[in-house]
Amino acid sequence: MMTAGLRSLLLAAACSCAMAGAAAAQNLTIAVGAPVTSIDPHYHNLSPNNAMAAHIFDGLADTDSRARLVPGLAESWRTIDDTTWEFRLRRGVTFHNGSDFTAEDVAFTISRAPNVPNSPSGFGIFTRPIAEVQVVDPHTVRIRTRAVYPLLAVDLSNVMILDKETHENATTEDFNSGKVAVGTGPYRFVRFAPGDRIELERNDTYWGGRQPWQRVNYRIIVNEAARTAALLAGDVDLIDQVPTADIARLKQDQRLNVSEVVGLRIIYLALDHSRTDGSPFVSGPNGEALDRNPLKDVRVRRALSIAIDRNAIVSRVMEGAAIPAGQFLPEGTYSHVPGLNPPAFDPDGARRLLAEAGYPNGLRLAIHGPNDRYVNDARIIQAIGSFWTRIGVRTQVEAMPWTTFIARAGRQEFSAFLVGWGSSTGEASSPLRSLVATFNREKGFGASNRGRYSNPELDRLLEQALATVDDEKREKLLQDATRVAMEDVAIIPIHIQKNVWAMKRGLRHDARADELTRAMDVRPGG
Amino acid sequence: MTPPPAEAAIASAGLAPAASREETPLRRFVADFAESKVAVGAFVVFVLIVLCAVFAPWIAPQDPYDLAQLDILDGRMPPGTMGGAGFTYILGTDDQGRDMFSGILYGLRISLMVGAGSAFIAFIVGTALGLLAAYFGGRTDTLIMRLVDLQLSFPSILVALMILAFLGKGILNVVIAIVAVEWAYYARTVRGTALVERRREYIEAAECLALSKPRIVFRHLLPNCLPPLIVILTMQVARAIALEATLSFLGLGVPVTEPSLGLLIANGYEYMLSGRYWISFYPGIALLVTIVVINLVGDQLRDVLNPRLRK
Amino acid sequence: MTVYLIRRLMQSALVVLAMTVILFLGVYAIGDPVEILISPEADQMERERAIAALGLDRPLWEQYVAFLGNALRGDLGRSFVFNEPALKLILQKMPATLELALAATVFAIVLGLPLGLIAGLKPEALYSRVIMAGSILGFSLPTFWVGLMLIMVFAVQLGWLPSTGRGPTAEFLGVQWSFLTADGLRYLIMPALNLSLFKISLVIRLTRAGVRETVLMDYVKFARAKGLSQNRVIFVHVLKNILIPVVTVTALEFGSTIAFSVVTESVFAWPGMGKLIIDSIYVLDRPVIVAYLMIIVFMFIVLNFTVDVLYSVLDPRVRLQDQKA
Repeated sequence: MMTAGLRSLLLAAACSCAMAGAAAAQNLTIAVGAPVTSIDPHYHNLSPNNAMAAHIFDGLADTDSRARLVPGLAESWRTIDDTTWEFRLRRGVTFHNGSDFTAEDVAFTISRAPNVPNSPSGFGIFTRPIAEVQVVDPHTVRIRTRAVYPLLAVDLSNVMILDKETHENATTEDFNSGKVAVGTGPYRFVRFAPGDRIELERNDTYWGGRQPWQRVNYRIIVNEAARTAALLAGDVDLIDQVPTADIARLKQDQRLNVSEVVGLRIIYLALDHSRTDGSPFVSGPNGEALDRNPLKDVRVRRALSIAIDRNAIVSRVMEGAAIPAGQFLPEGTYSHVPGLNPPAFDPDGARRLLAEAGYPNGLRLAIHGPNDRYVNDARIIQAIGSFWTRIGVRTQVEAMPWTTFIARAGRQEFSAFLVGWGSSTGEASSPLRSLVATFNREKGFGASNRGRYSNPELDRLLEQALATVDDEKREKLLQDATRVAMEDVAIIPIHIQKNVWAMKRGLRHDARADELTRAMDVRPGG
Repeated sequence: MTPPPAEAAIASAGLAPAASREETPLRRFVADFAESKVAVGAFVVFVLIVLCAVFAPWIAPQDPYDLAQLDILDGRMPPGTMGGAGFTYILGTDDQGRDMFSGILYGLRISLMVGAGSAFIAFIVGTALGLLAAYFGGRTDTLIMRLVDLQLSFPSILVALMILAFLGKGILNVVIAIVAVEWAYYARTVRGTALVERRREYIEAAECLALSKPRIVFRHLLPNCLPPLIVILTMQVARAIALEATLSFLGLGVPVTEPSLGLLIANGYEYMLSGRYWISFYPGIALLVTIVVINLVGDQLRDVLNPRLRK
Repeated sequence: MTVYLIRRLMQSALVVLAMTVILFLGVYAIGDPVEILISPEADQMERERAIAALGLDRPLWEQYVAFLGNALRGDLGRSFVFNEPALKLILQKMPATLELALAATVFAIVLGLPLGLIAGLKPEALYSRVIMAGSILGFSLPTFWVGLMLIMVFAVQLGWLPSTGRGPTAEFLGVQWSFLTADGLRYLIMPALNLSLFKISLVIRLTRAGVRETVLMDYVKFARAKGLSQNRVIFVHVLKNILIPVVTVTALEFGSTIAFSVVTESVFAWPGMGKLIIDSIYVLDRPVIVAYLMIIVFMFIVLNFTVDVLYSVLDPRVRLQDQKA
């Protein structure tokens, strides 16, 4: 009896396996680590949301896996003069509900994107440079910008095109419920269960060609170990944000493949530049208060930078899932500075520099960082604390949840703290403008410059770059600005992360530099 | 001070048949406790663990809290590897190159401090409030019990986050957070028991004797409510240690550079799937042994202290 | 009884009110939701727009008054993150958590009570010691760790159960439940067991302690002396007496199981409200936090009330009126 029961159980298990195998040819289950919060593509400018939106909707332009601009719903674009752009739209494209895609839809989209009610992070940052949208004919749009703005096409690749007729008065809730979740994209919306999953179905009439997957199940599994376990158990086909601890094991596993690419996210230390007379978490070697802020001295900053063994952090803490960084962007991207290498590890040099700066007996310092935001964040600051302590800067390490961390960092409460920056557009103007340009509300500069670094020369180079349409000249200016920032140790770059995915053998994945996880990048075979 | 004869009679009515007169209470207690060999063994192990924790700086080959002694190049070494500092990592190292053996000894200190400290404080606060509620009833009862409701309805994570926001991170704050979460359990339980006990004859008798209220509460009511509380106390020590581990797992516990056993386990958790079991396994064993012996001792204590179990 | 009920209700309303004030201050003290939700690329003007859009530019007391006004009309606000009514979000996720907590409670009673009885009746036997040792493991091992071990063994190694998530659901009383489908049950087993470990241990210990005390009591001795069968003595006399603490604790634990399901839900990617609340706390989604806690407090009040009623049924010595000092 026992054996009969066991046999039928095994049989049932075998059946369900066979069925799963047959279904697997058509279906794709992805598990992602970051929750999608909305289907409305203009509600919340957040990477997971943008990744999901790319399945259902399209932008005028798109970016490829190496973050290079490629045509989307616009076949081509050109600048007519310094402030006027003309986009030629793809013909014969329809939305999932059958309505035609025309120039009116582009104009509508640009008017809706910045005005979604209750948006906690809107798309206005991409449409603000636009002064006027002119519909020339159903397949041509001219966009006039307020000033010279070379990044218009890049910015617009973030804005998903909606249908004027369908979405005129659509609310975010209408998108989430599926009522108006229609776009021109490769997949149709089926169901959204917040915090759990999104189900998609192939759009057989997609203008870019049919996708290989009939249905896509886009699951959210935030817990890292659970995500890896789900892949190992065969419950999902592909996972993103593979924990660095598991990469080596997954690579060895015969049943699995791993895809990885150097990303665009730099992990760096920001330093307190705002105070001249002492910094809250810096004190003398015996804990005595200092009457000046040592971090204002470039020698101290350089000492702290060369005291860090970046190769050790990359190989030991990150287990190879990063590359040491000496500037904002990795090699092979626009505006990367050739020859600007990661600072070499030199603890003796660091001690000398400290002595030169007037601190022969070292310092005391506290380093702060989040423990739930970046890959291995709390481990990185511990390692840095250990390196600094060994050159005589006795370091206290404090890791805390991002929630409390970012509020305090924003109030400039810290002296040295770990943060990351993802340049999703793959271009140095993004970090230069947000992280090291002088804080200025009118220009929109330095919005994330929490250490309040300020350098007039850098500001000048950056402003000049942002007003230069010529790509080559602009790249030169951005490289100069980057060099100024790095030579002055405005920030201490640590490493640039690699983005890692793992999947069942038999799937091929085109790893994206911008960290987005999309079913469109997964193909059978390989 | 000996109680008046009438009171002594009441006390023994509520408590137990009085112990034989020749023995001192302490001797009797020790003899009762020693009846169980397992409990004595557990007690010995417990004492050893406490000694290890107290003398950790002298036993451990490394000060795991001194960042200058950690070498990241020695990170994640399997047990038995010779390190750069010239001694063998008998239990391996974690991702920072922290010797697991030293880490466990030091972590034991913090876990015991947090576990025992918070459980004990919560016990005192909760029991006192619960007794007050049961004995005085009326508005006092209402006020305290609504406070208990309020407390029990707050997820501990939220309490911990708020305490963190107000006070900053640290061992003391973790203790405060755990006390804030746990006291209500004692209060609720002691009130339930006391409500029953309160109506027993010996309390009525004590009231008839016009004894002072504090005296009735603490000399008569409390001892009779103790047995279930001791069960909870021994369990709460374990629970507090586990809760601290969970808080660490959620990133809210003790500082990362001064890991408790719980934080060591939580740190190693990420390495479980990759086969580097030692980072999480050995602290887990240490935690387990500690909690098991505390409970074995606690069980025997309860049996000894519980008058109704005496034959 | 009615007076008691009304008084209890008014007290509860005060509790809820006090709690909302604490929450408003607490969330305010922890941080700024906009800092967390906004795209890092946003400039200062976009930040100001977002702060205004969420109504966070107004003074805290004004935000609180506006919240109270809306709450009286049954509107607990919209989630900052999802832009949906907070109440709707929570109610959507409630069945998943209720189902998990219920299954855990069933596990606790079905496994804990008999094991506790066995261990209590023959405390010296080897199997009793094994049970007690097992119960120590139950509450000393951190939940997140056990959860991962369960997944490793039953999903990854043996492949018997699905690793994470909630299975297919079927409708009952207008709500989607997963325990009504065979496949849904398979998804439920591991998380429910994980969540119930602590409760099983608790029930075992309480039952054992109760049994050991009760069997020595005079009335049980009398019952035996009267020649009642062993079974009758155990199931009628002993069990009835130990049910009070077990009922109290199980009911209390049901509430806290819901509140503490956070860890299990995040390890097993169970789409319940515990996961919603922890996510909401991390992004400071105040409307959801406030609405969630109001619902939880309400549930606690109902539970406590039920426990008190059950008390008076099980033990006539406890009366429902407020005692006079």
